[in-house]
Amino acid sequence: MTRRTNGSHVADTRPAARSPKGYNRRETIAGLLFISPWIVGFLVFTVISMSYSLVLSFTSYDLATNTMRPVGTANFEQLVENPRVLASLGNTFTFALMAVPVELSVALLMAVLLNSVGRGSAFFRVLFYLPKMTPAVATAAVFLLLLNGNQGAINKALAAIGIQGPQWLLDPAWVKPSIVVMSAWAVAGSAVILLAALQGVPIELYEAAAIDGAGPLRTFTRITIPMISPTLFFLVITLTIASLQVFDQAYLLFYRDGADSSAPEAALFYGVYLYQQAFQQFNFGLAAAMAWLLFAIIMLITVVQLTLGKRLVHYESGQGS
Amino acid sequence: MTQQFQPRAAINPEATVVAPPDAQADRPRRRQAWAGQGHRARGSVLQVVRWTLLILLAIVFAYPLLWLVSASFKPRGEVFDNELIPKTFTPSNYVDVWGELPLLSWLGNSVFIAVAGALLMTIASSAVAFGFAYFRFPGRNILFGLVLATMMLPGAVTLIPNYLIWKTLGFLGTNVPLWGGALFGSAFYIFLMRQFYLGIPRELFEAARIDGCGYFDLFRRIAFPLTLPSAIIVFLFEFQASWNNFTGALIYLNFGSPEDFTVPLGINYAMAKYSPTAGGHGDYQYVMVTALVVTLPMLLLFAFGQKYFIKGISTGGVKG
Repeated sequence: MTRRTNGSHVADTRPAARSPKGYNRRETIAGLLFISPWIVGFLVFTVISMSYSLVLSFTSYDLATNTMRPVGTANFEQLVENPRVLASLGNTFTFALMAVPVELSVALLMAVLLNSVGRGSAFFRVLFYLPKMTPAVATAAVFLLLLNGNQGAINKALAAIGIQGPQWLLDPAWVKPSIVVMSAWAVAGSAVILLAALQGVPIELYEAAAIDGAGPLRTFTRITIPMISPTLFFLVITLTIASLQVFDQAYLLFYRDGADSSAPEAALFYGVYLYQQAFQQFNFGLAAAMAWLLFAIIMLITVVQLTLGKRLVHYESGQGS
Repeated sequence: MTQQFQPRAAINPEATVVAPPDAQADRPRRRQAWAGQGHRARGSVLQVVRWTLLILLAIVFAYPLLWLVSASFKPRGEVFDNELIPKTFTPSNYVDVWGELPLLSWLGNSVFIAVAGALLMTIASSAVAFGFAYFRFPGRNILFGLVLATMMLPGAVTLIPNYLIWKTLGFLGTNVPLWGGALFGSAFYIFLMRQFYLGIPRELFEAARIDGCGYFDLFRRIAFPLTLPSAIIVFLFEFQASWNNFTGALIYLNFGSPEDFTVPLGINYAMAKYSPTAGGHGDYQYVMVTALVVTLPMLLLFAFGQKYFIKGISTGGVKG
């Protein structure tokens, strides 16, 4: 397969040492050794894991004996028949529809403001990023009290300007907005990406617009938005995928130990129900089937991203790779 | 967005057109120079609006953290009072909390998991990335395609089987599942580090090879030191992810002794312990101290590693 190297210590950098296909045996072995950690991880935690998950989804798992009993497609039938699966799916999509526009708007406002004030924005950039660094558990612990309908700071602030705040954590209609508020608070990651995109818009375009007499609003909608549309589109996709997997905040606000008995049905997100089925009911079969449905949905969104994105979004010509 | 406050005809085309070419060339190429051009008064009104909005937004975003700091210094019963300056300043919360909750054990566990996870992740991802960036071997591009493909895999799909795999290996109830996976690297970091390794001129490696440098030394003595700033990005990101990992702790640790918990799982435990509905007395000040204790290291991490975080996000986001 590989031609024998002629025993020289520098042989493998010379073309003579290469096999007919151009690969050097020692280099191949070294390369494979370097990537071996990933190969092992990929085999165990992706290939075996996904196959295992597929098998699980067609079985019923008995925790006592650690055995699986085949049940055919019963778990997948559950996906369309079990009202709680459907409710959690509905809750999750509703949440994503609320969260993504709010997060994107807040991030865009933040990025535009940071971009327009120039020097002096450094302090604010750090300040806006701090919530992103705050662990989700700490955020949840704080907002649990801030969002309290009677004594919470948010409703006190609303009362100060004459608005009667809702029972955020108790009223089923306000459960999802509560989590949207928490997500919007930690939106700095998206703002940083948008800020980089805004700074990448060529200044000449703004100069040309000014010469043509375009007003600021027109400049924003006709130049800024189209020029950053690839980034906006990318964020819509990633924020949507993240919203569909919402778990930590919902669990801590409504399903944490000792509070789960009073959790409103409106807070039953897909991730929460999946967790309950898998690790509280040990109903691994249904949970695995739910995971595969989530996988299919996310793949679908990704495919939409790849196909629709090229048509809807303005890319500068010559954008490679 | 804020620019809409400026009237449409604010920029007079005539004024710009008649300006001599030299003036055009000398103009600072910054956005705000354009925004205020020729209309200083309106431009400064716009600046005032922008700064006002920015400061308002800053207050809204800073408030929850200030509230947290303040609440951690309040006695039970005043936690809810929404005063930013505690009426009864109670620093003793910070003394009592160690007896109330096994916070020291939680911190020890969290630090161990985050350091072990981030260190292993950085070394493993860098090595794998170097393997993909420098070496030529059959199947390399297909394998790298698989690396990229796993980035799209949602964690939920492998959550349950991974749990069963760790269980089979006998690590359930230990913290090994929380850092052990880092041994194998992670797709995003491999992708990120490979980009940086590809930026090193190949001649550098070839020269070292001719001088008799072995493959491992290429990585250890040339590639890794040269991309150390990028490795720091990986370390900081993974440290943060590990430190904040609540789901993992919930799944792998939440049935054992509270001593074995991490700080995030500890907050879940403390919230249940003090909840009046679960028989507690509403001592939420201890929850707030714990929340501050879990947040502070992250804020310090950001204070010292700010540019790495921003760079990591920009690179990941733009290339993603």
